[in-house]
Amino acid sequence: MWKWLHPYAQPKRAYQLCTTLTPWFWTAAVMCLALGTIWGLAFAPQDYQQGDSFRIIYIHVPSAMLSMSSYVAMAMAALVGIIWQWRTAYMTMIAIAPIGATMTFIALITGAAWGKPMWGAWWVWDARLTSELILLFLYFGVIALYSAFEDKQQAGKAAGVMALVGVVNIPIIHFSVEWWNTLHQGSTITKLDKPSIATDMLWPLLINLLGFGLFIAAVTTMRLRNEIIRREIHRPWVQSLVEQKEQDHAV
Amino acid sequence: MNQLYNGVFLRDLTLAFRQKSELMQPLMFLVMVVSLFPLGIGPGPETLQRVGPGVIWIAAILSSLLGMERLFRDDFMDGSLEQLQLSGLPLYQVACVKVLCHWLVSFIPLLLLSPLLALFLHLTLDMYLVLMLTLALGTPLLSLVGAIAVGLTVGLQRGGLLLALLLIPVFIPLLIFATSAVESAALALPYRAQIAIIGAMLLMAIAAAPAAIAYALKVSQN
Repeated sequence: MWKWLHPYAQPKRAYQLCTTLTPWFWTAAVMCLALGTIWGLAFAPQDYQQGDSFRIIYIHVPSAMLSMSSYVAMAMAALVGIIWQWRTAYMTMIAIAPIGATMTFIALITGAAWGKPMWGAWWVWDARLTSELILLFLYFGVIALYSAFEDKQQAGKAAGVMALVGVVNIPIIHFSVEWWNTLHQGSTITKLDKPSIATDMLWPLLINLLGFGLFIAAVTTMRLRNEIIRREIHRPWVQSLVEQKEQDHAV
Repeated sequence: MNQLYNGVFLRDLTLAFRQKSELMQPLMFLVMVVSLFPLGIGPGPETLQRVGPGVIWIAAILSSLLGMERLFRDDFMDGSLEQLQLSGLPLYQVACVKVLCHWLVSFIPLLLLSPLLALFLHLTLDMYLVLMLTLALGTPLLSLVGAIAVGLTVGLQRGGLLLALLLIPVFIPLLIFATSAVESAALALPYRAQIAIIGAMLLMAIAAAPAAIAYALKVSQN
């Protein structure tokens, strides 16, 4: 069933796939983000309680949601690497890590900017904020462990184990709202059947969510290409790629 | 079984008791860190009682991080870990026994020391009993999860600080549940839920950690 996937374990095929996909991801991401952000910031109705400051939801919620899914994606790549011994899986893992960390950081910054007018404080030790901060620490741990090793294959394995250990934290993050139930407002769109948000406000949010996902995919494929090139630099196919580039430039 | 007992368990205990100063240092660090808090935030019994459980747990985590490297470092350096891997004993069993030894020699003294710390911070008897319970369930978890990270960093030149960076975020849920259990006990509220969650985390670690430790050691041996 998964046979079609196997050729992409080869760095060369993975590189070619990334080269094909990157422009598509970029185009779709730019379109979704432009549409969602302009719609959300300029045309969506005001919130009756929070006024215009609720509009940061269009950045905050997608980045917060995807910071967690990026971690899960990273852990899945690590799991694939450990089980099937795919080198490209470890490369994918480390390609996602800094993007996920950036998403977490964006979620924290926008959360702070939202918290100031709403709660009157930049930072509150609420369960979800804290979990997001822990998530950032977990990303830092994986990246730090990866960069501590000279041998990058060994580094990938080690960081992969750590990513899997950290993934235990994801359910705690997700259910922390119910467990500690403190200051943070309840989720806006996870209740799939009947969201507690008006439809006019929901559409731009969903479009931006998709846009953020495509953006992460675009940057991941670019970083994965770099990683493959860096690790395979002595292979003939990379050498011929470089020669071809040089010839193109000469012409 | 006999091989595991004689070759790993007794050997580790003997080695640990020959290096008594190394065993004592994390404990002295623990007492010193705890005694810094009254000096730093004031000696009022109410304040201390309020922050006490958290202080004891944080100090326990920090001191355990200091001693954690001992788990595999010496054996890795002198090559006996490699010999253990070649000995034909299942590596996960060896890892289990080593973690057990580590828990016995570094956390049993901590449990014995905890009444003193509770006195320092004016904990009531109810709070102390629950604190003891969380320590008894939580410290094996520290050993098990810590051993994974030690296994991963043991081959690195300067793994000490990295070890702390890796482990502190992973230990945060334990800290939250442990301190919230003691706080509930202080308010005479039910605290079984928190204890049950810590127990659940411990059981999960017992199930999954040995395999992860064995894999981590294999990665380190490359």
